[in-house]
Amino acid sequence: MASAPAYQLANLAGEPVESPKGTQAIICFIKEDCPTCKEVMPVLDAFYRRFSTEMPMHVIGQTQQGNAALAEAYQPAFSILDDSALQVSFAADIETVPTLLVLDAAGEVASTLVGFVRDEWQQLALRLGSDSAAGNVDLDWESLPEWRPGCGSLSVDPANEPRLRAMAEGSPIRARRIDIGSQDDEVEFMFDQGFSDGLPLVPPTPERVLAMLSGTARDSQEVLGQMAPNMGVVTVEKVAINAVMAGCKPEYLPVVLAAVEAILTDDYNIHGVMATTMGASPVIVVNGPVRHRIGMNMGMSALGQGNRANATIGRAVRLVVRNVGGAKPGETERSTLGNPMKFTMCFAGWEERNPWSPLHVERGFDAEDSVVTVFTMSSGPTLIVDQDSRTGSQLAGTLGQGLQTVMGPKAYFATDCLLVVVPEHVDTFMRDNYSKEDIRRRIQEVSARPVRELVADERSATGIKAASAASMDDASLDKLMTKFRRDEDIHIVVAGSDAGKFSGAFHGWVTGSVGSIPTSRKIEEVS
Amino acid sequence: MTTIMDPTDERVPVTRQLSPRPSQISGRVALLDISKPRGSVLLDQLEAVLAKQLPGVTLTRYAKPTFSKPAPQQLREEIHQDNDFVIEALAD
Repeated sequence: MASAPAYQLANLAGEPVESPKGTQAIICFIKEDCPTCKEVMPVLDAFYRRFSTEMPMHVIGQTQQGNAALAEAYQPAFSILDDSALQVSFAADIETVPTLLVLDAAGEVASTLVGFVRDEWQQLALRLGSDSAAGNVDLDWESLPEWRPGCGSLSVDPANEPRLRAMAEGSPIRARRIDIGSQDDEVEFMFDQGFSDGLPLVPPTPERVLAMLSGTARDSQEVLGQMAPNMGVVTVEKVAINAVMAGCKPEYLPVVLAAVEAILTDDYNIHGVMATTMGASPVIVVNGPVRHRIGMNMGMSALGQGNRANATIGRAVRLVVRNVGGAKPGETERSTLGNPMKFTMCFAGWEERNPWSPLHVERGFDAEDSVVTVFTMSSGPTLIVDQDSRTGSQLAGTLGQGLQTVMGPKAYFATDCLLVVVPEHVDTFMRDNYSKEDIRRRIQEVSARPVRELVADERSATGIKAASAASMDDASLDKLMTKFRRDEDIHIVVAGSDAGKFSGAFHGWVTGSVGSIPTSRKIEEVS
Repeated sequence: MTTIMDPTDERVPVTRQLSPRPSQISGRVALLDISKPRGSVLLDQLEAVLAKQLPGVTLTRYAKPTFSKPAPQQLREEIHQDNDFVIEALAD
């Protein structure tokens, strides 16, 4: 039994049209991909011309393209209403198209005509027109077929029905459900479907996804953006599903969401990052109170392995890129060698051991904000071992020597780096009251080279082309070039245990608008 | 049966994976009759041919109780457990 739905739908001109209220009315549901609906278009047109001055008559179509096509082909006097979201059809329990509902003066459904039975429609025309002197509907009834069956309404199509039901019930989970055969192994199934990064996944059952969504106050259907290369729509729900597969706990979800938002920006350029043959990867650094609340590791072994939050947050982000974005090695992901960071690379800054400004404060946030910053790095971490230097200047000197070969010994102004300074090195720096700016300046001084030394030669063909160098005068060739275009391209964070004098350097990819720009996002505060 | 939520952008239908196709038949072969009329005749002929062509292979006959319903769980498990290949006589 169909019930009278309430709605506001757009007509072909995009104008909103309200459902009829408290009046006799005619509503007909159709779809273009239905021969009977097409047969019925002239009948509806005739009904409209006869009755629309006396009562509202709405024709509701189920696809936007179809509605336009029908309007084009039949030029009806009415403008078809857009129910491509199928919610009105679903709410009205429409199983077949065409279905024509007649509402009585009280607004209740008085008659329901399913498919096309000529006698039914003819009788209806007579009944509706009996009160008025305007005559009957202008139609050659004999030319119409006696009977035509309808077609399935798109709102009961198995591709749509579960989602519509979930929406109607207000369920937060609306993604397509996949039934795994009882004889199939769930873990094998997920491998076979291509969801995995190579390691086993946690099956994202509805219960687990609902539990994951409890970690955020954001609406499950909120759209974060579109993920390249497939421009897949990333909703909070889709992130939650991948977070379950990665092994996250619900309290990690806000961090994953913020990191995904960061990589979706044009600045970050996840498309380039994922596709490049250079094998770049997001490196995720977390700051603020969230670190302790969810138990992230910023101390011993901070860069791996062993900590669930570090490991699964990074992995969840990578799985979203793979599954929602569609980035897979061999397809759009073309990295020559790949690297282990592509499984996961996420850690927290040890702000309490950091005498300088923490990363997020340097980037403009308040100390009490929880922030995720995503860098793009092509390799790392590479250790720079210095167990001997006692002064800040000498230690920074070693770091400068270590960083001189980032992306290649003659790659200057080419990239950025992420330096993870370990606590024992922090202490050495603090003996001389060395600030982050001092470290950067000294690194640049030590790693600077005259242009002359950066020219391609017999030993290595990398660097400035010999032809360009040949046209340069001595003054230009003797000019010192810093390794990094700007001091700020040396990003500095503190992490690692209290024992050990090896700082770690991540090597960047391409910086600037052609490549990837580090991007930060505030993490949702969840009480 | 386990249900999972789809982690992808849903642009392609979920596919079942086919088992890789071996180049040879060996070991144990089940011959399954769905109990349509004369399916048994077809399988009799097939069994005779296969016995000649694949001498090392063990051939076992099975039958569904009725063609109109899916094979019972127990029968499927039994075939799966005791055989490496299945040949099914479908329809009529």
